[in-house]
Amino acid sequence: MVDDARLADLRRKFGRAPAAPSEPAPAKRTPREAQPRFRGLESGHRACQGCGEALAARLVVECAGPDVMIANATGCLEVFTTAWPESAWRVPWAHSLFENAAAVASGMEAAMKAKGRNTKVLAFGGDGGTYDIGFQALSGMLERYHNVLYVCYDNEAYMNTGIQRSSSTPHAATTTTSPAGKERMGKRHLKKDLLSIIAAHHIPYTASASVAFPQDLQRKVRHAMGIDGPAFLVVHSPCPLGWRHDSRLTIDVARKAVECGLFPLVELERGALTNVMPIREVRPVADYLKPQGRFAHLFSDDVRAQEERDHLQALADYNIQVYGLTGEGQDPADTGGAAAVGRSGRAPRGNDGAARRVS
Amino acid sequence: MREALEGSQAIARAVALCDPDVIAAYPITPQTHIVENISKLVAEGDLHTEFVSVESEFSAASVALGAAATGARAYTATASQGVLLMAEVLFNIAGMRLPMVMTVANRAVSAPLSIWNDHADSMAVRDAGWIQLHATSNQEAVDTTIQAFRITQDTELPVMVCMDGFILTHTLEPIDLPSHEDVRAWLPPLEFDRKLDPADPKSMGMLVTPDFFPEVRHSHHSAMQKALATIEQADADFESAFGRASGGLLTVEGDPEAKIGLVAMGSTVGTMRAGMAHFQAEAGPARLINLRAYRPFPSQALRDAVRGLDHLIVIDRAISPGLGGILGSEVAAVLSSAPDAPRILNVALGLGGRDIPETLYPDLLAAVRDPDAPAFSVFDADLKKLAPEDR
Ligand SMILES: Cc1ncc(C[n+]2csc(CCOP(=O)(O)OP(=O)(O)O)c2C)c(N)n1
Ligand code: SF4
Ligand SMILES: [Mg+2]
Repeated sequence: MVDDARLADLRRKFGRAPAAPSEPAPAKRTPREAQPRFRGLESGHRACQGCGEALAARLVVECAGPDVMIANATGCLEVFTTAWPESAWRVPWAHSLFENAAAVASGMEAAMKAKGRNTKVLAFGGDGGTYDIGFQALSGMLERYHNVLYVCYDNEAYMNTGIQRSSSTPHAATTTTSPAGKERMGKRHLKKDLLSIIAAHHIPYTASASVAFPQDLQRKVRHAMGIDGPAFLVVHSPCPLGWRHDSRLTIDVARKAVECGLFPLVELERGALTNVMPIREVRPVADYLKPQGRFAHLFSDDVRAQEERDHLQALADYNIQVYGLTGEGQDPADTGGAAAVGRSGRAPRGNDGAARRVS
Repeated sequence: MREALEGSQAIARAVALCDPDVIAAYPITPQTHIVENISKLVAEGDLHTEFVSVESEFSAASVALGAAATGARAYTATASQGVLLMAEVLFNIAGMRLPMVMTVANRAVSAPLSIWNDHADSMAVRDAGWIQLHATSNQEAVDTTIQAFRITQDTELPVMVCMDGFILTHTLEPIDLPSHEDVRAWLPPLEFDRKLDPADPKSMGMLVTPDFFPEVRHSHHSAMQKALATIEQADADFESAFGRASGGLLTVEGDPEAKIGLVAMGSTVGTMRAGMAHFQAEAGPARLINLRAYRPFPSQALRDAVRGLDHLIVIDRAISPGLGGILGSEVAAVLSSAPDAPRILNVALGLGGRDIPETLYPDLLAAVRDPDAPAFSVFDADLKKLAPEDR
């Protein structure tokens, strides 16, 4: 049942009536509150411990805000940050449906144009809302060249509905709709190469990032924010619940995905590859798969397990080759490489600078 | 000034008079001429708006939603399959209580494929929580469009203006378009206090737990009921400013002493009016009720309008297979609590664009007097065209 006192308090804070005169400052500020940076997504939301998506969204909004508004697709991010009358958002934010974030953002942007305002519009969606059901609306938004930064939080399955496969789920991963069994080794199909499809719209900026590399992620957000036109960013965001890894391993797992080549961090401008994060020491794919329960069946005695592992390794090798991820022939002074970035995301030397070009 | 305009063209011009900030639309027969005429107005510099030519009706409604959420005046138009493709967004717009206006050029819903008029499309989303107003003529469609922008901002309920596809959208009529200045004076700027604004960040469209959901639905329903007065008021104000009304919630005409009445929506009202005039002598006196507001449903006004009637013919342009007429069922439900409620004869007419000739009028009145007439029928269906087992 609803507690009346709490309700009155929430009404006062969030209701239509004018807010009470400024609240007395809390006696002791938490370390997060004491941080000088802009906080667009507050703590206190209901994400699982170690949620990569929550971290990624905070990093994005922190660096994009405060003069933004967000159109958010249905999914974990929408659900764990809300439940009326509480909201973790400190920027204007609207959720409409699962498959229309890009179109809602288009409308917001059109309205900003009509009113001569500069507020940047962001669209947030999960991989389901982006690779699958919201794909058409996204393509339309890119083609119409709306000034919107679309961020896809890629946790490689429909997590909000309880871990079902999406077209972003990696080959051989298990989900509740791609379980492993006598006849199956998890998902039978490949992860969709969304970046290439997005890049084929020849928009100004397309990039991938990872929660394991927050500086690189934020540099990409800043770059995208400066673009007057559509930009697309996909952020690899581990989900401890769905990937079945220890919640303290989120960053570790995300970093291994980059270091083995399965999730390349790249930037494309007008459809052409302009920058990649080089991998200094390529890891075997098995290092990435091992801590994750969704790949546990790939470490059985079954002969098919070895085949599938080889298959995944081949996919990683392919990425390394087509994107030139080992950095051969590249600027030796670069320190932005995956292996050079520490656990905190800090590089030994500043790597927060100019994009390096590969021809 | 009166001009001969095609219905769609008149709607485009009426929308332009209302200074929409954002228009998003996708073409579909018989709405296409509306989008085309809007595009032309934009291209010629006669309409300054962000016109977003989207890749689907789903996105058209979503773009309008996003625009409305920021406090912009938003408009879209569609028909038939487009309404159904929008359906999920339409419920969402209304549930978020966002103001906007949409024209529905009413058309049948496939299958079988039909591009012609009936009301299956707007009826399919009758429970979405939008206000639905029907126009009987193009002049009413124009005036109702202008009124709709005022009603939507006064109620924070989206408004659907329904006009019969082809019958109205493609018909040339002399139309009196008000001047831009007069419309600007009549229609105040949109002030939407829940708008998304970085200076006062709000969250919108949030998850709502069972703790609050019934209250949300209750308040939506109660806003719809309060909108009855707003709709009447807007029409009355419009009449004092421009000298003509569009029918308030409903209108009643014909013989006040008549024992037989008819209820219809949209262009069918005009057909029945003509039938009544031509066949008065042989068919006898009747009362004609034009239901302009379908949602919110003007229950009390309807109870008042049927007082004294023994029989009521309810004309539906859409059916709920397995139940019968949709409007007929609703009218029956609303009148069930009226003392001495008339006996209802519910007929579906003109499905999929079947012509409704005024010569049908005396047949309808004869059917009312026939004690064996079924309570519901697809009245103009020729059963001989069906195999015996399909009749
Ligand atoms: C039209 C529609 N179909 C299905 C759903 C149910 N649904 C809600 S969220 C979701 C999955 C979200 O997955 P994703 O976009 O990857 O976001 P995540 O929760 O993983 O962050 C699904 C299937 C819905 N809300 N709407
Ligand atoms: S299920 Fe996964 S994505 Fe959703 S809140 Fe939990 S960790 Fe985050
Ligand atoms: Mg997901």
